[in-house]
Amino acid sequence: MRNIPAERILANPKFHHLVRTRNRYALVMTLLVVVIYFGYILLVAFDKPFLAQKLGAGWVTSLGIPLGLGVIVLTILITAFYVHVANTRFDAMAAELLREAAE
Amino acid sequence: MNMLKMPWLLILFFNANHALAAGVDVGQVQKQATNWTAIAMFIGFILITLAITRWAAKKTRTAADFYTAGGNITGFQNGLAIAGDYMSAASFLGISGLVFASGFDGLIFSIGWLVGWPVLTFLMAERLRNLGRFTFADVAGYRFSQTPIRIFAACGSLVVVLFYMIAQMVGAGQLIKLLFGLDYFVAVLSVGGLMMSYVLFGGMTATTWVQIIKAVLLLVGASFMAFAVLWQFHFSPEALFAKAVEVHAKKDAIMAPGGLIKDPLSAVSVGMALMFGTAGLPHILMRFFTVPSAKEARKSVAWATTWIGYFYILTFIIGFGAIVLLTQNPLAYFVDGDITKGLQGGGNMAAVHLANAVGGNVFLGFISAVAFATILAVVSGLTLSGASAVAHDLYATVIKKGKADSWAELRVSKITTLCLGVVAILLGIAFEKQNVAFMVMLAFAVACSANFPVLFMSVLWKNCTTRGAVTGGFVGLILSVTLTILSPAVWEKVLGYPEGSAWFPYASPALFSMTAAFVTIWLVSLTDHSPQAQRERALFDAQQIRSETGLGASSTSVH
Repeated sequence: MRNIPAERILANPKFHHLVRTRNRYALVMTLLVVVIYFGYILLVAFDKPFLAQKLGAGWVTSLGIPLGLGVIVLTILITAFYVHVANTRFDAMAAELLREAAE
Repeated sequence: MNMLKMPWLLILFFNANHALAAGVDVGQVQKQATNWTAIAMFIGFILITLAITRWAAKKTRTAADFYTAGGNITGFQNGLAIAGDYMSAASFLGISGLVFASGFDGLIFSIGWLVGWPVLTFLMAERLRNLGRFTFADVAGYRFSQTPIRIFAACGSLVVVLFYMIAQMVGAGQLIKLLFGLDYFVAVLSVGGLMMSYVLFGGMTATTWVQIIKAVLLLVGASFMAFAVLWQFHFSPEALFAKAVEVHAKKDAIMAPGGLIKDPLSAVSVGMALMFGTAGLPHILMRFFTVPSAKEARKSVAWATTWIGYFYILTFIIGFGAIVLLTQNPLAYFVDGDITKGLQGGGNMAAVHLANAVGGNVFLGFISAVAFATILAVVSGLTLSGASAVAHDLYATVIKKGKADSWAELRVSKITTLCLGVVAILLGIAFEKQNVAFMVMLAFAVACSANFPVLFMSVLWKNCTTRGAVTGGFVGLILSVTLTILSPAVWEKVLGYPEGSAWFPYASPALFSMTAAFVTIWLVSLTDHSPQAQRERALFDAQQIRSETGLGASSTSVH
């Protein structure tokens, strides 16, 4: 595995496909986290009454609490999703690429 | 409300306009009666960890063992260790104290400390593992001229480590006064001494296990408290909140955002420091070299994010539990038995008093011991990454030009560990009476303005050159430190200039210093036409193959 020539990897379109796919995932998912987190922070900054409204008549819990806990849970799920995709799909793509280059 | 008895957190959060930036620290506290149960529990923890250190010392023979525990930590173990490295005593006591004082705002605060993890996962974790061996400079300097990039990386690491360390040492001293009833001096000396023995003899192996044990104890303890609270309300959060609103002085206001965010620009700047700073903390980045592959590196960050997020949810429940359960017995927990006078020992004691309320004196001792163990785990990680920056980046690469043998490098690591331990103790004593609340935020600001941009650009942008990375990195480093000094948190709160006189009005420099670093790296790299720059760009393909496929990545068999 150690002596795979770099040219053969670079010549394989699958390598560039892997790079593009991974970068696209990283970019889109980073933006998603940015939007979710800063969206929540700006909501706190600009629309406190929205977050303070009750879940329903007779409720004490405000909307901001499930939303805030939702941000935490979503952060964990997004991270887990990326790790799953990378550990299955990206790793398989990389392994296939290395196998082809070694042939 | 009596201002003198007002918890320090409230003072930081609501009197200052730079709310989020205050960071969480333990502040000045009154010495409490000596708590022998807590001390006995803590001695138990010390004995176990020292036994592990003895075992780890036998396995620590080479520099690779010292920095990476031989590279054989599993993703699950490393995830726990990262969580143990990151969940500080200040966040446990501080965030639950903030929830106790103002409810909802505590949730906003804790979310900020979690959002750095997905960013680190998407942009850095696997690439770090594939490109690096011991320090993040291995990654940033993969295709660059070694001397300048290593000097920069060592500066960036040491600045972050030192500021983070001071906050921890002062926190440890204050905590031990509060929880164990011992002197500040004793606390700082014992933290410094224990941390030196873990790192010196057991290196990364001992540090990892101290962090894992601490993470497990903290998660188990916090889970028990949250469970005990929810059990009383038949697992209905609504019932818990209803009771809390009924008994809290602020009534329904604890269900709504309060004064945490007053200035949106500051909030965004602080948010950026937390979000991108995590991906530039040397003691966190270093943990990714302890696992055998990129796959395990990703698993570790997924586990770490899960544990840390779960922990923040627990602190939220614990804070609300404290509101309800502590007011049922004001005589035991409040100053003079008067709820309006605040908690005995200050606002950070909410979680500790709640431990007593749900589990009696033994559980109180357990939680106190865990809080202190937490500081030990964090400072050990910091010391190890400081030692690696000096020994691996400065000594082995810059001074010995990569020709140092593993034995000599290990010896320098150990000498540096000793020096850092002594420095940490001295700084801990020197800063006893100082307001150190800004220091953790400063560490994050430097991490996101210096370390992160250099790592990001060197790994992902072909045209990045040594000249661009080092210039931009130093711009980010100097700007983030300077602007922090000129900001209200230091200019007014530490240097004592009048309110409103700070030159830089925002809570965190991150928005400006990180942008400046990226723009500088970009501009200087683009205009760099030196032959060296051409060589560096030509090396990008090889770097990308390794970072994307793991081909040629350092493995445990290559020591």
